[in-house]
Amino acid sequence: MSTVSWITVRGLFGRRRFLLLLPLPLLLVLLAVLSRGLGVEPTDWGPPVLVGLGLAVVLPVVALIVGTGVLGAEIDDGTVVHVLTTPLPRWQIVLPKLAVAAGVTAVTVAIPLFVAGLLADSVRLGLALAIAAAVGALAYSALFVAVSLLTRRPVLLGLVYVLIWEGLLGNVITGTRVLSIQHYVIALADQLAPTDLLSTTVSVSVAVVMTVLISVAATFLAIDRLRSFSVAGETS
Amino acid sequence: MTTTDSATRPATATSTLDLAGVSRWYGNVVAVNDVSMSLGPGVTGLLGPNGAGKTTLLHMMAGFLAPSRGTVSLDGRSTWRNPEVYRRLGLVSEREAVHTFLTAYEFVLATAKLHKLPDPQSAARRAVALVEMEDAQDRRIGTYSKGMRQRTRVAAALVHDPQVLLLDEPFNGMDPRQRLHMMELLHSLGDGGRTILFSSHILEEVEQVSGTVQVMVAGRLAASGDFRTIRRLMTNRPHVFAIRSTDDRALAVALMAEPSVGGVELGRDGLTVRAGDYGAFTRALPKVALARGVRVHQLVPEDESLESVFSYLVEA
Repeated sequence: MSTVSWITVRGLFGRRRFLLLLPLPLLLVLLAVLSRGLGVEPTDWGPPVLVGLGLAVVLPVVALIVGTGVLGAEIDDGTVVHVLTTPLPRWQIVLPKLAVAAGVTAVTVAIPLFVAGLLADSVRLGLALAIAAAVGALAYSALFVAVSLLTRRPVLLGLVYVLIWEGLLGNVITGTRVLSIQHYVIALADQLAPTDLLSTTVSVSVAVVMTVLISVAATFLAIDRLRSFSVAGETS
Repeated sequence: MTTTDSATRPATATSTLDLAGVSRWYGNVVAVNDVSMSLGPGVTGLLGPNGAGKTTLLHMMAGFLAPSRGTVSLDGRSTWRNPEVYRRLGLVSEREAVHTFLTAYEFVLATAKLHKLPDPQSAARRAVALVEMEDAQDRRIGTYSKGMRQRTRVAAALVHDPQVLLLDEPFNGMDPRQRLHMMELLHSLGDGGRTILFSSHILEEVEQVSGTVQVMVAGRLAASGDFRTIRRLMTNRPHVFAIRSTDDRALAVALMAEPSVGGVELGRDGLTVRAGDYGAFTRALPKVALARGVRVHQLVPEDESLESVFSYLVEA
């Protein structure tokens, strides 16, 4: 593990906001277990729990907490200066942080989604959801790490994207789904394990291309912004 | 301090930090206005009241802020968007930003590894010893006092043995012993051929540490050069006193005959006296008042704030 990754992991798990990661995945598993235990038809509880909660809320919110935590939190408290006053090329700072963010998000979300998919349908659906969520974790993380460097309020901007763009507009104006990571994840999962529980208007090819495009573009943007990172003077 | 002496090696090469016509503004607010200076080996104090632009200037020197105009270069290479400069430059920012979940040794060791030093463990031990933090090096930084955190940050900034060290208000939060040690450390680093710049708004700090000083006031470089010369300029500036007495007019007439007095203004609330020599005037006043049978009710120096001293330098 590189020193940047080590500091990032220590910082992430050393902050109390890490505890925010736990309730949503637990809720997802709890609802899936309850639905299955109460004998509710998977066609009734599958879409709202797997997509409505798992992919539309748990995945992006966990990615938002972690993605803005790996760099945004260090920018907030000023500790980022410690890493930046070293001769490391900035990509050697952004990539390990992105890897930590994507990895932590993927593990936190993929496991409960696997359990929920398993309970709803099959091991195959569980695995499909877990893999697609891991891919989505990378795209979301790249986006939120970049947002951390673009604005002083990355969480707010991230919530606007997740709640307004994906949550609201994505349901009303189907054209906006082309720019929705949530729908890329649904398309990928549906491709890996075709099921009636998942549906989207975004094709798999669009999902793959856009996932790669967003991940790469956001990463390059983050590296470039970190090269020009400015510290605001407190007393000028 | 034996630790300091043994741990501070002479710099293998010297570095020069150059600022040419550097300005920085935020919208309509000018934080730094057309500053030019060249910093070579030795300790230089960056002196100025709060809000003078010291931190902004330091951030531009350290490559953490782009100048709106002008250039900042270290040995001829721009510090902005150039991480390579951190091989020769160390920064201790004013903000008390430190990973509280690490121990001092872990923090300094991590910095040594980030610099990809050949032997990070010994570099970290040397830097921790340099700031006398060996006893507490295995405790989490979160348990440290402000001064200990500051010393830990200094150790991290020194771990790669930089030729240039920039420190923003380094003595904040330190107790007298820690300040003394830090002053000795900066002295020895400067004597070893390193370029050290530290900012402060306290005259006495600068006086004790550096021979060379750059004085900033309202974003401009107000004075530059030998501290003693500038200090003399500060000491010899006209001092303004407000005086109230039993007979202001008689006292005004008598004071005008004193060589130390440059001018007297008689107002409704008393006298305003401008004295060229602080000591001579304050010694003469009681004698003059006694000789004229005037009782002095109030004697208030009006311009003793640091801001007024700095402002005088701008006009001088």
